[in-house]
Amino acid sequence: MTSPATQARLWYAQRISAMVLAVCVAVHLAVIVYATRRGLTGADILARTRGSAGFATFYAIFVVACAVHVPIGLRTVAQEWLRWRNGALDAACAAFALVVLVIGWRAVWAVTVG
Amino acid sequence: MGSATIAVKVWRGNARGRFVAYDVPRQPSQTVLDVVTHIQRHIDPSLAYRFACRVGMCGSCAMSVDGVARWTCRTHVERVARNGALTIAPLAHLPIVRDLVTDMTAFFDKWARPLGRFRGSAGRDADIARVPPDSPERQAAEAGIECIGCGVCYASCDVVRWRPDFLGPAALNRAWTLVNDARDVDRDERLRAVAGDAGCHACHTQGSCTERCPKGIAPTAGIAGLKRAAARAALAHDR
Repeated sequence: MTSPATQARLWYAQRISAMVLAVCVAVHLAVIVYATRRGLTGADILARTRGSAGFATFYAIFVVACAVHVPIGLRTVAQEWLRWRNGALDAACAAFALVVLVIGWRAVWAVTVG
Repeated sequence: MGSATIAVKVWRGNARGRFVAYDVPRQPSQTVLDVVTHIQRHIDPSLAYRFACRVGMCGSCAMSVDGVARWTCRTHVERVARNGALTIAPLAHLPIVRDLVTDMTAFFDKWARPLGRFRGSAGRDADIARVPPDSPERQAAEAGIECIGCGVCYASCDVVRWRPDFLGPAALNRAWTLVNDARDVDRDERLRAVAGDAGCHACHTQGSCTERCPKGIAPTAGIAGLKRAAARAALAHDR
C-alpha cells in the first residue's frame, strides 16, 4: 500500500516530468524534421552535436524526464495488469529508472563528447 | 419506426448465465426500461430487474445496453437500437445477483470509505451558514451534487475493472463535493482517505464516467481537483 505522501510525490513527479517531456518531445521532433529535411548525414549531425553544451544539456534533461516518467507509469501498469503490488515492484521500477538514466546519458555522452 | 418488434437479448442467471432472446413489440417513445418491463409482464415473469421512479431521479434502473451503461428509464429505444436489436445486461464491475440485478454493496461501501457523509460543527441553535453561491468552492460542489447514485460511471470506469479496489468516480465525486463544503469539518481526514493506491491518483483521466453520466456530471474534473488537493494535503502533513 502506497502512503498518501508517497502517492502525492509520485503524482507530482509524473506531472512535472510530463510537462518537461511535452516540451522536449516537441523540440526533439523539430530537430528530427530539420535533420531529415536538410538531408544531413550521420557525420553532419555529429559535427553539430559534438561539443555542443546546449545539445548535451537539453538531451540530458530529456533523459532525466524519461527516467522519472516512464517507471511511474510502468508501476501503474504492473499494478493493474499484473496485480503486482509490493516492495519488489518499487525496487524493480527504481532499477528500471536507473537503466533508462544510464543508457540515455550514455547515448547523450556518445553524440556530444565521446 | 421500422419493424413491429425489437429483437432483444437479455442476460439471464448469475455470473454463469447466458443471453436469452425475446421479441418485444415496438411502441412510440418506448424506453429500454419499457422493453424490460414488457418482457417481465407479458413474456417471462421470472425476469429480475430494478426500477423505482421511472423518471430519472432514483438511479435504480441502470443497465448495460449494447455494452454501454445507461439509465434505462430515460433511454429511448429508437436512439440506441441498431438494426432493430438490443442487448441488455446487468451493470459491469458489480457481482450479478440474478438477471439484470447487481449487488451494489461494493459501490455504496466505497462512498463511505472517503467519508461520504456530511459532518458539520454547528449546533441546532447556530445561525444558518452563509455560503456565497458564486464562491469557487460552492461552484465546484454545485457541479457534482446532482448525482443519483445510479452506478453508470462505476460500470463505465476502466480503472475499476483493472483495480477492483479503486473507489470509483461516484464516490470520489461525492468526496469532492464535501471537500468543497465550507461547513464540513472532515476535510483533512477525507483528503487522506481519497489518497493512496485505490484513491483519486489511480484515475487515468480517460473520462468515460464524464462521457456516460446521465446527469451530465463530470467526475473526471472533480477527481482532478481531489488529486491536487489530496497531494497538497499529503505533503503538508508529511513535513
